[in-house]
Amino acid sequence: MKKLLIALLFSFVSTSVYADGHSPCGVTDGSIKILANEFTTYRIFMDEVKSCAGPDADFSVTHSVDHNKLQVAALSANPAEFSAKLVTNGSITTLMNDNLIRPLDDLVAKYGSALQDNQKIVIDGKIYAVAFMANAQHLWYRESILNDLGIAVPSTYEEVIAAAEKIKASGKMANPYAGAFKSGWNLGQEFVNMYLGHGGEFFKSGTAEVSVNNAKGVAALNMLKRLTEVSNPDFLTQDTNAVKEEWESGNVALMHIWNSGAASLLDDEGDQAIKADTRLAPSPSVGGGSKPATTLWWDGFGIATNTSDANAEASFRALLGAATSTEMANANPNATIWLIDGYSPGDTAGPVVDAANRGATPYPSLPYMSLLHGALSTELVEFLQGNESAEKALADVEAAYVAKATEQGFL
Amino acid sequence: MPHRTFFWFFFPSGLAMLLFIGLPIISSFFQSLHIEPEQILMEVEKCDPFGCKTETKVDIEATTKLQEEQPLGRFNGLGTYGDRNHLAFSEIKEAWTNSLSIAEFIDILLNLPFYKALLFTLTFCFAVTPPVVVLGFIVALSVNTITKSLKGPTIFGVILPMIVTPLIGSLVLFWMIDAKGILGSFIQFLFDDPNLSLKSSSQLTWITLIIYGIWHNTPFAFVVFYAALQTVPQDPIEAAIIDGASRYERVRHIVIPHLYPVATFIILICLMDNFRVLEPIIGFAAEGVAQSLSWMIYNDLRSENKMLFGSAGATSMLTIVGVAVLLTPVLIRTWREFRTER
Repeated sequence: MKKLLIALLFSFVSTSVYADGHSPCGVTDGSIKILANEFTTYRIFMDEVKSCAGPDADFSVTHSVDHNKLQVAALSANPAEFSAKLVTNGSITTLMNDNLIRPLDDLVAKYGSALQDNQKIVIDGKIYAVAFMANAQHLWYRESILNDLGIAVPSTYEEVIAAAEKIKASGKMANPYAGAFKSGWNLGQEFVNMYLGHGGEFFKSGTAEVSVNNAKGVAALNMLKRLTEVSNPDFLTQDTNAVKEEWESGNVALMHIWNSGAASLLDDEGDQAIKADTRLAPSPSVGGGSKPATTLWWDGFGIATNTSDANAEASFRALLGAATSTEMANANPNATIWLIDGYSPGDTAGPVVDAANRGATPYPSLPYMSLLHGALSTELVEFLQGNESAEKALADVEAAYVAKATEQGFL
Repeated sequence: MPHRTFFWFFFPSGLAMLLFIGLPIISSFFQSLHIEPEQILMEVEKCDPFGCKTETKVDIEATTKLQEEQPLGRFNGLGTYGDRNHLAFSEIKEAWTNSLSIAEFIDILLNLPFYKALLFTLTFCFAVTPPVVVLGFIVALSVNTITKSLKGPTIFGVILPMIVTPLIGSLVLFWMIDAKGILGSFIQFLFDDPNLSLKSSSQLTWITLIIYGIWHNTPFAFVVFYAALQTVPQDPIEAAIIDGASRYERVRHIVIPHLYPVATFIILICLMDNFRVLEPIIGFAAEGVAQSLSWMIYNDLRSENKMLFGSAGATSMLTIVGVAVLLTPVLIRTWREFRTER
């Protein structure tokens, strides 16, 4: 946590110097094929990657919100469908499990002189990925609506619900809260946040044995249920992008989504009155805990194992050029929190730094975490629809996880 | 046709079926008997922007070695078929001994993923197929009677739902039934309930999917019925007209008996198609409340981690068994008709 802060402070004073290493940009041989998630910050990053690769490069990028579902199949093939993948602390473990991304030490040594140390994702002494941004989910609110009703900015989820109910009662909005509750990865993530906010642990320490069916799990689920009650009734079909659209349509006064959402919510498109009224706030804590109910994420890139060395080098150079581009970072200071040397954080960085300060946990990078996340994705729906008790839903999660983890060889 | 001619006539398609359908089924079956080799875990130091700590990771070298020794994975026999995500034998046994009433037992049963998916798949099949046959027939009869100049455009309009890619069709409808979409807000207006949303409850989502299924499948029934209508012999119809039979009587006693075998064919194809329902579930983002067997396979192969080949293979085998069971009555019927015609 402190490291992030230090890095951010440090980046105010330092300047970007390409030391005497090779310049990464202007790739002429090898092809660059990148698989990435779909949101505005990644688009900004990819524009920079493309311009770094240069006009002669064989460059293509596939943006997909289903990137996590595609990655294993796409990178397992030999030669792989993509030469590089944008990864996070959530998705890198899956690729590491199957040895689908390669160590980057030699490439970093050759080109990476402008990299900061905290950009290097080092696992067991080898660099497996290069991070370029930090992200977290936190609260967003509409200042004028809260002011009109005399509501203070909520700092706990209990206050969020009270505020949402007050807005609902005032008749200003029918469904004032929004979160990405789409059944699937998003819903799983909401539970992960809330469970960690209650101080829960997903696994019995040091083992792959799951333990979420406990008082903290039930409390987390009940809190999610109360949030969905002040959300749009279609909440099970809304992912982050859909929530952002609701926000931009003025249907929502409080939401808990990614910091990188600022790139599209605070741009010059859409209703400028709503933009001017949009404020960012720290992620709330829950159930009397001190930790915010959110997780810290880094986003970076990894290079496929099953691609030729020439393609790997070409992809690494272009991506590294963007991941060390101070100009890009400072031209888009609010798009996210860049980890790039020489970046001056914009006004929107506060909530993420705050989360790090208050002890938010990074998303667990455990080899079997994605199996649990998958089980959470599908087994919580019935509870949120009121067809099942919280204990039953959590028992189902555990049972679904055990079946999958057994088949995968973790148990 | 002499057997020899028939053999050479059938040989190319038979070979293609063997290569592209037979062999993959056999390979899926073998895969379904295996599970992944054991994952060897190790503790390593991990450093990222948030600091360094010791964490568990898969020991790639050791695990790769195991994988090379057993490329198919560990042999698990029919274990995958019986686990909780498939037939769930032990869970069912436990539920049977522990539940106090049949209702409670059924409740537990339908909470298991496979049976939940089976329930939706069968409901979808049997709710969609009959209306498709009836509607297809009515539409074919109607189109058959309109004037020639209008026929072309009408037929085009009628088969449009079939031309639209299922995924795109369901996405278009998904946005139309959104609370702020044209259909969604109309329904809210109709029932005078501003909070009514077709996407919010399981029952309404199921109904939406079923209506979509009927909309999408009717053109197929229409095309087949329409073609068959062109073969209805005119002599008995003219004779019936002379005898003073009404339009209804002519349809009931001459057209319908003539189209009977065609209807069997349509039911067969529709049941088979609807048993594999997948795209509307994805398009309507209904994964949470409506899972089909095909969706389970899709989910095993496209979840956020390693592809669960064993699990997907087992579900595929069970789907094939399901299709076979479903089609048996229709096939027996066809076979009998075939025998009597001889």
